[in-house]
Amino acid sequence: MITLEHDSLTFRFPDIHADARCSVSFQRTLRIPDDNREYPLPPGLGSFPLRHVDDYADNVPPAWRKRGGVLMPMHQSEAMWLNFHASYPMAIKVAAGKINAVTGDAWSNKLRAEPQDYLVVPAQPWLDGFCVAKGTIRQFVAMRLGEGYTAEEQLTGEAKHGGLQIIAYPMRAAEYRKRMRAREAVLAKEVCERQAPQAPADMGLAPGGLMRQEIYEDEHGIGAWARKSSRCFVHLLNSVRFFAVTGAEPPNKPPTAADYSNAGLPWFDYYGGDQAALEGAKKLAGMSSVAAKSWQKGEGALPGNDPATPKVIHKLGERQVRDSGW
Amino acid sequence: MTFGSHIRAVRERARQGDPAFSVRQVAARVGVEPAYLSKIERDQVAPPSEATIRRLAAELGEDADMLLALAGKVSSDLRQIIVGRPKLFADLLRELKTLPDHAIVRLVREVRDGDW
Repeated sequence: MITLEHDSLTFRFPDIHADARCSVSFQRTLRIPDDNREYPLPPGLGSFPLRHVDDYADNVPPAWRKRGGVLMPMHQSEAMWLNFHASYPMAIKVAAGKINAVTGDAWSNKLRAEPQDYLVVPAQPWLDGFCVAKGTIRQFVAMRLGEGYTAEEQLTGEAKHGGLQIIAYPMRAAEYRKRMRAREAVLAKEVCERQAPQAPADMGLAPGGLMRQEIYEDEHGIGAWARKSSRCFVHLLNSVRFFAVTGAEPPNKPPTAADYSNAGLPWFDYYGGDQAALEGAKKLAGMSSVAAKSWQKGEGALPGNDPATPKVIHKLGERQVRDSGW
Repeated sequence: MTFGSHIRAVRERARQGDPAFSVRQVAARVGVEPAYLSKIERDQVAPPSEATIRRLAAELGEDADMLLALAGKVSSDLRQIIVGRPKLFADLLRELKTLPDHAIVRLVREVRDGDW
């Protein structure tokens, strides 16, 4: 089951194990410059507000009501990252416009081991974008559907789905207990349709600038995951429509990466120990970034895309918070 | 366990892996004087304000509602919900107080998954 708590999606599997719980929030962040240079991790600037689609059934398109799930506002060309919080291991698949963010393949509810098409939490604390190479991602950037920028449009030629899709599989209880016993043993030894709204409302995620981030291999093996799963469709609503749909103001636009860096505020780097990283997906690597696409379409330079020089980079370990205090 | 001792235990545990979790540095990030945080941890003063408890929770990776409960406080948003419909929520909470956790979780509204 999935509940909405404090703007986070909380996945629970009480019939698998009382501890089987994981929350996913969607963090507002800087859009890193899309200039083919690699940047460290940008900060979290707070969670995007999430709302039940069913609460605004009169104001959203029929397709949204059919899919269910939640909605959240994003400005045009705004970036975001997913923050995972769990202590119970789970395998999580993330897609944008039903394109898997790890492999570039079309959506499937099932887990696949070769090539691995999911993340494992809590080992993977964050996901900032599409896995384009080993240790490198392209940032998730919201773009209007139908203009050719999104991963979905670039890989399928269609603008049908948009949004984000998430499915979580908890670890099998027996496997979890076995690992807990092993961990405890180690600890003893030594002492996470009524009226269609006005277009444009639908947004999808497009590949933005390059960032250093590893997507880790599943160290448990695919047999460790239960068959039971819960999934959610996260609709991306253009911020200019958020007030009309929900009656609430959307968050302000974040600062540019250059302004943020010039203010001496921190960027981040994450050390995940000796965990092996997945190779990037060729399909995803072949996509044009938002800035490149804008030039290809004759639309000129992307606003707010000035190069940034991160001056302060904090190294983070497990459980540490990626927050700038902005 | 008291509020102060819990904060101290969590902070000290974090400090073992990262010196940035010293009293001085945590206090600076939370926006209080180190001496005040030290007194909070030793239960020499009453727990701080809700806003400070929320910043401590974020800093230490703890659940804000749990910390507020340890401090003997109820989150202001929960208080507003109850004050908005006092009879309904008072009755509801009294009805639910003895239910096991898994039964209460069943009452929570689920995010509906549709056809996609």
